[in-house]
Amino acid sequence: MTEPAWQPTATIEAIARRAELYADIRAYFSAQDVLEVEVPVLGQYGVTDVHIDNLQGTVGGQKVYLQSSPEYFLKRLLAAYGRAVYSLGKAFREGESGARHHREFTMLEWYRPAWDEHQLMDEVADLMSAIGFESGTPSASDNLGSSDNPATEPQRLSYRDAFFTATGLDPHRAADAELRELAAQLGLSSGSDSRSTCLDFIFSFKVEPNLSMGLVFIYDYPAAQAALAKLSEDRDGNPIARRFEAFLNRMEVANGYWELCDADEQRQRFEADNQTRVALGKKPMAIDEAILAALSHGLPACAGVALGLDRVLMQLLGLSSISEVLSFSEPPD
Amino acid sequence: MATYSINEFRAGIKVLLDGDPCSIVENEFVKPGKGQAFNRVRLKNLKNGRVWERTFRASETLEAADVAEKNMQYLYNDGEYWHFMEPDTFEQHQADEIVVGDAAQWLRDQDTCIVTLYNGSPLVVTAANHVELEIVETDPGLKGDTAQGGTKPATLSTGAVIKVPLFINQGEVVRVDTRTGEYLCRAKD
Repeated sequence: MTEPAWQPTATIEAIARRAELYADIRAYFSAQDVLEVEVPVLGQYGVTDVHIDNLQGTVGGQKVYLQSSPEYFLKRLLAAYGRAVYSLGKAFREGESGARHHREFTMLEWYRPAWDEHQLMDEVADLMSAIGFESGTPSASDNLGSSDNPATEPQRLSYRDAFFTATGLDPHRAADAELRELAAQLGLSSGSDSRSTCLDFIFSFKVEPNLSMGLVFIYDYPAAQAALAKLSEDRDGNPIARRFEAFLNRMEVANGYWELCDADEQRQRFEADNQTRVALGKKPMAIDEAILAALSHGLPACAGVALGLDRVLMQLLGLSSISEVLSFSEPPD
Repeated sequence: MATYSINEFRAGIKVLLDGDPCSIVENEFVKPGKGQAFNRVRLKNLKNGRVWERTFRASETLEAADVAEKNMQYLYNDGEYWHFMEPDTFEQHQADEIVVGDAAQWLRDQDTCIVTLYNGSPLVVTAANHVELEIVETDPGLKGDTAQGGTKPATLSTGAVIKVPLFINQGEVVRVDTRTGEYLCRAKD
């Protein structure tokens, strides 16, 4: 009989670095007067997101969902009290497993009343410095502008510019057929994909590997990928979502919005999500009426962002697998 | 018809892709936080040995390929076909030149090799990683040249030509790595 694998998957050094990371984050937000709050990880509702599936179970005959992010609870606190808040805790997603994914992971999420997403990007960059993420300092012998050098300053690019630089296509204006053709060239198996899926694929496999090292922000996402962000237009009149993502050394670590506050529009997006879920053969999800009621009551204009701390830790430690920063990864590899 | 969903893919699983049997080499999960999940899969086409890289949506499935790898004894070559036998059932299989391919130059009667069966018929023959074969022809050995590290061609009993150190003589049995075709050492007798 073989002994069950009982040993941790992380070294004690990685575990200690995580403790230091949490302490730095708490010190940072304490100084900024952002309040740490506890919120449930087990909720009565899941999310309608087309590509996020909740882990679920039954407790006392009632269906319960492990939360895929603390977003709705944090927004309910914002609607009630209007304070800047953050949560540092576990989030759960079904079916996500790989070198950068684990079904249970640690998420830092925070909200800034009265800010927009660009102010929040500034703060993400500040926080990255505060926790010791080095964007890299080129040595004296390095030539300025060499693409292999890590950026010394955080970079900020629109989705359109990053996409165009990597592919020569404008993500807002290219025809569906052009995007499909590029996706096929990049090795996507044939299928009838939505424009949004083609964009996801091309971004993951062509644009991300082309980003600079260090901290890079991508903002102004295509409107079809708005999720919970406000819609707007860029200076060329393209419909865009006021959404951003942050990348550390080309690895996606954060997703933020200038938050949608309109309850009616939010309900429409939930319902549209469910229609897409059904079209893809997935179950529709019950809509969380509590978050809609909170939006109806009034969510202060705010920006919010969620940051995956396991991936941040991977970058701080130069590790390539998420299991190396988790005390116990499941399944252990 | 058995199928695998992409998230079940593990190294070694055999599937059909574009009608050809393939073995999964690697499966990488890629998913933007809010976006569609993909799996970047490297597959080895078992017919021609080429490695393909293909990306699937996590929701896709592929048909399982009926592929089995078996240790078999090589019996003989009748001029057109190579004949193999399963040692436990004595069941015999014949394979043509295309199936045997490069393995032919390492096969000696009675030796064990790996025969990959696809739908019950041989698809690929793989020689054992290390084989011991007699040298039937090479230039005479040069005593005292052991330190120089020079090599010379030598023909083995199966017809394969390899490079051997200068001190090796005709009639000696040598150990060869079939994956690289390299001489390893003199066989111990």
